[in-house]
Amino acid sequence: MSQLLVILIDGINYSAWLFLSAVGLTLIYGVMKILNVAHGSFYSLGAYVAASVMGYWFSHDFPPYWSFVALAISAFVAGFVVGPLLERFMLRPQYDKDEVVILLITYGLFLILEDVLKMIWGVDPYFVSEPYELLGMFEVGEMIYPRYYLLMIGLAITVGLALLLLLKKTKFGRILVAVIHDREISAAMGVNVGFVFAITFGLGCSLAALAGGFTAPTISVTPGLGVEVIVLSFAVVVTGGLGSLPGVALASVFMGLLRSVCVHFAPQFELFVIFSVMAMVLTFRPRGLFSIAEARKI
Amino acid sequence: MSADKTVIRFAAFLLAVLLGSSFLPQWGLFMLTIVLVNGLVVLGCLLFLRAGLVSFGQALYFCFGAYTTGLAANFLDVTDVFLLMLMSAIGSGIMAWLLGSLLSKYRSIFFGLLSMAFSMILYGLLAKTESLGSTDGFNVPAITILGYAPSSESVRASVLGVAALLALLAVSFAQALLKSPMGLLLTAIRDNEIRVEYMGASAQKTIHTIYVIAGVFAGLAGSLVAVSVGHIDPTMAIWTTSGEFVFITIMGGIGSVIAPFIGALAFGIIHTIAFSESPNTWQLVLGTALIGIIYILPDGLWSLLTKVRGANK
Repeated sequence: MSQLLVILIDGINYSAWLFLSAVGLTLIYGVMKILNVAHGSFYSLGAYVAASVMGYWFSHDFPPYWSFVALAISAFVAGFVVGPLLERFMLRPQYDKDEVVILLITYGLFLILEDVLKMIWGVDPYFVSEPYELLGMFEVGEMIYPRYYLLMIGLAITVGLALLLLLKKTKFGRILVAVIHDREISAAMGVNVGFVFAITFGLGCSLAALAGGFTAPTISVTPGLGVEVIVLSFAVVVTGGLGSLPGVALASVFMGLLRSVCVHFAPQFELFVIFSVMAMVLTFRPRGLFSIAEARKI
Repeated sequence: MSADKTVIRFAAFLLAVLLGSSFLPQWGLFMLTIVLVNGLVVLGCLLFLRAGLVSFGQALYFCFGAYTTGLAANFLDVTDVFLLMLMSAIGSGIMAWLLGSLLSKYRSIFFGLLSMAFSMILYGLLAKTESLGSTDGFNVPAITILGYAPSSESVRASVLGVAALLALLAVSFAQALLKSPMGLLLTAIRDNEIRVEYMGASAQKTIHTIYVIAGVFAGLAGSLVAVSVGHIDPTMAIWTTSGEFVFITIMGGIGSVIAPFIGALAFGIIHTIAFSESPNTWQLVLGTALIGIIYILPDGLWSLLTKVRGANK
């Protein structure tokens, strides 16, 4: 029984991380039909920015609990500044080309960003565990867990709900849905599609940076951090159905729990359980679990 | 095999390389071998891209071929390089046939990502298999070539010779394939798959076939890398390896069966120079080169040659 609980808690924590890392990717794909390989680089960017800001914050004795706000804002802003700039100047000139060409440009951006991050922050690891230690521990039965787990889970739920609200209840959300359905008709109706694209790309990148930022206190921030995140995020969003928000949520929870089961019972499967799930799901549902977006448009 | 102009040019080029290689240092021979090997894998990617597909999973067959060779050399005491390559080719071919029967139903991003998932599964399997050295991999013993055992000084040159022969065979095969009805179908599939089906051809069968061919090419290349490096490890199957192959495909272009080798040569040169000049920014150089090519020469380096020829006429 206690082992089940352990698996559940680990799994949900990992699910929250998967969701946060992947949700920006599906947003960008849903609206722009771009598979952003540089997504992992924005995750790294967020982690590095968070590491720097946290280092500064705690060495200057600012109020410790406000560090979470600073963490969120700094990571989000970093993604929102770099993302739209790259979209405007690197991607937009090639929108008339194939989906594959855009994918390759983002692959080039990934290679470039990996090294730019190294040039700015160096190759030595950063440790900023203060926010993690600040929250302390909580007990479940006999097991002790960091409260930071709860923060990540809370953050994932908040981000998910906020996106849902944005899409369903705001004017921008309705415009977004219109662009998803048909970008040319939207443009004809007076929607500034270029602007919507820039904001969406920025938002997607910011979400990746946010995930990286909040993961930074739990790991050592090193070069190459984003490489694994890219493929894991791909697996999650493709399994969920590219462009589907509930799809990402369901796929993250399912994959997170299954990975946790593997870590506890069959650690030799840990590395590839997520890709196996992806291959299985795609075998039976070639476009992922929730593939509504594609069915609407041919 | 008909005497095709492109193939003859390629043969002449390879012959020049082999003759010139006696003046090259050992690392130069090694680099040329890697160029030919990369070109061989990318020749498969070229077939995909002709059909409008990008595979982020060719590293799967590359790694599978290398491990087949490594295992055969270590546990079956096979030392002949041609026998090893044959085993790798058959192994990768069977693997590609099995996975291809599923993957040939997928297009665009789903094809790319599903093939990537399979290659990451192989990576995960190998990295966790302790009997195969986990992430450290293992060494591949010295090889023989048709009974001739090259000394440690001449092994690089001999492997380069084998690689050149293999590249030539692959290029003539690919050239013949592209000129056959099946090769012409690839472009048709990219343009409009539904029309292809209405004409009575099967897009799925065609893609399955080129998937197996590309898998065999990558398996052969993996086998050659295993014998020329003398060491193999699971990172050969990781997605960034596939990314490099895609990179070279774009670099060279898909205009000719020689283009992959031009791309591989350019990639080798950029990689070597950037890596030795600034080890921390070589990815930056590669990324800039990739985006530069997409913006300036969308049809790859090959189109540069055809443009020059066009200007001369």
